[in-house]
Amino acid sequence: MPFIEVNGKQIETDEDGFIVNLEDWNEDVALALAKTEQVEELTEDHWKVVNYLKDYYKEYGIAPMVRKVVKQTGFSLKEIYELFPTGPAKGACKIAGLPKPTGCV
Amino acid sequence: MAKLPKPDQLLNIDFRPPKTGWTETPVDFRPGTWLYPGKPESLQTVGLPNPRQWSPEDEDWKLPENWKEIILEGLRERLGKFRSLQLFMDTCVRCGACADKCHFFLGSGDPKNMPVLRAELLRSVYRKDFTTAGKIFGKIAGARDLTVDVLKEWFYYFFQCTECRRCSVFCPYGIDTAEITMIARELLNLVGLNIDWIVTPVANCYMKGNHLGIQPHGLVDSFEMLTDDIADITGVQIELSFNRKGAEVLYIPPSGDVFANPGTFSLMGQLMLLHEIGLDYTLSTYASEGGNFGLFTSHEMMKRLNAKMYAEAKRLGVKWILGGECGHMWRVINQYMDTMNGPADFLEVPVSPITGTRFDHAKSTKMIHITEFTADLIKNDKIKLDPSRNDNYKVTFHDSCNPSRAMGLLEEPRYILQKVCNNFYEMPEETIREKTFCCGGGAGLGADENMEMRMRGGFPRANAVRYVHEKHGVNMLSCICAIDRAVLPPLMHYWVPNVDVCGVHELVGNALVMKGEKKREENLRFEPIRTEEDEDV
Repeated sequence: MPFIEVNGKQIETDEDGFIVNLEDWNEDVALALAKTEQVEELTEDHWKVVNYLKDYYKEYGIAPMVRKVVKQTGFSLKEIYELFPTGPAKGACKIAGLPKPTGCV
Repeated sequence: MAKLPKPDQLLNIDFRPPKTGWTETPVDFRPGTWLYPGKPESLQTVGLPNPRQWSPEDEDWKLPENWKEIILEGLRERLGKFRSLQLFMDTCVRCGACADKCHFFLGSGDPKNMPVLRAELLRSVYRKDFTTAGKIFGKIAGARDLTVDVLKEWFYYFFQCTECRRCSVFCPYGIDTAEITMIARELLNLVGLNIDWIVTPVANCYMKGNHLGIQPHGLVDSFEMLTDDIADITGVQIELSFNRKGAEVLYIPPSGDVFANPGTFSLMGQLMLLHEIGLDYTLSTYASEGGNFGLFTSHEMMKRLNAKMYAEAKRLGVKWILGGECGHMWRVINQYMDTMNGPADFLEVPVSPITGTRFDHAKSTKMIHITEFTADLIKNDKIKLDPSRNDNYKVTFHDSCNPSRAMGLLEEPRYILQKVCNNFYEMPEETIREKTFCCGGGAGLGADENMEMRMRGGFPRANAVRYVHEKHGVNMLSCICAIDRAVLPPLMHYWVPNVDVCGVHELVGNALVMKGEKKREENLRFEPIRTEEDEDV
């Protein structure tokens, strides 16, 4: 099973590096995941998106629609791509500890 | 994840067959051309055999000890159960009509992607164990032993077929390679060989009613976001109802359209239309998915997942069911649903309450496709349209494989498009209607780790789009399938940048003149629209 190492601890991930157990997530893990998605540091703006994703996931059990992220965080899609070059669904969700969506998406 | 080669590298397709014979050429599990295996917890959720961690790249696939016996017994059982399979195993004359009709062959040059050879992967094993000639003459009669390497080859190539059925259109005997792939995948599933992009949506669908695992409150939240956006754009506030008993119609769109662009825009168009004509309908948080990845797993799984549509229709007491812009859903409905989950004798033959049209062709399933419903509204002049609101777009239409080849839905989407936009151009004849080319990501193959194969398989489709893009300036590829809306945007981005993707009803929503609407300044994507008045000024 693939894993990512954070502070000496091995955290289980899927093939694409999404963490398997949300309980393993903490801010250090987020930073380590960020580095795998071309994000070198997590600024306040990054956290705004990441926290929104986490909160939404907690309430609804899935990631929000990208349009919803845009509407609720106030960032345009372009700004979100500037923050997360690999995109909201892949990059931002991974950093927030969410699983990868599957199906007709 | 594998790095995607550049388009000019990918176009360097070698059509020369390998020097070794096909049975002596082993599979190369090159990253970018295969999909991750099913997660054990998803297999457990639906009770599929042999849940475990494994990878196609590993030497040991952790098969059950008696795997060979399981597969051969499974094949024997299915030969008895499906007459079509027996027929398809026996009748091929190797005429080669199908050879160059598969998008994966055209995009990869790999001879095992010729439909005839794909079928031969299974047929050779069938000959060895189920025909007298094969038992006696072995290799000379085209028979071969079932080995682990054969199984690996099956996994690679039967998850490299999108079950699009283009090859079957050209087969003089009507051999349906998609059905061969379906059976092969069933057999592979018996020993725990499947892919996560199928199994996890199946598990989600089984537990929560839709591929993405959207729960009832999440569905309501997402739909409300769409109606809020509609209100911002049109000034018309739409009230939705969920799980409402006594509604006349149950409306089931694919869940992908609730979740991701550009499907959401198409769903908005449908919600606007149904509101405008005042249809008495309800959505369901239980039957919250038209799509059915069970079709890509086994007949049994397809039946299990599909049951919710009739069950919910019965519980709510509706008269008939309206289905959204989904692709493979319609294959399940038209080819299997009546006998598999029916008879739906508690429903009525669909009649449009707006036009009075009786959809007799749907008398067995009691379900009609939204484009049939909308085309009928337009034909009877029941809605007001301003096609100039789509003047930003030069539109072409991709016939989604299943609605076109599995239900013959060829005219309705075109009729709608010609009424809702002023610039519509067809792609070349041999790439549309029943000869349409697959998007390259159907039948569960739309995962990102399979991107190289998707770009290869989607190349013939993209090439036809490029043709109308260059000839007519086409900048919008419309379709009626949620998988299309998910996989065509990256395909266009890769092969034909500057062409966007939309559902047919997004264009309907743009053109629809609603009662009490404000002056439309933006289309459903919140982009400014160019109107006739602007041009006058």
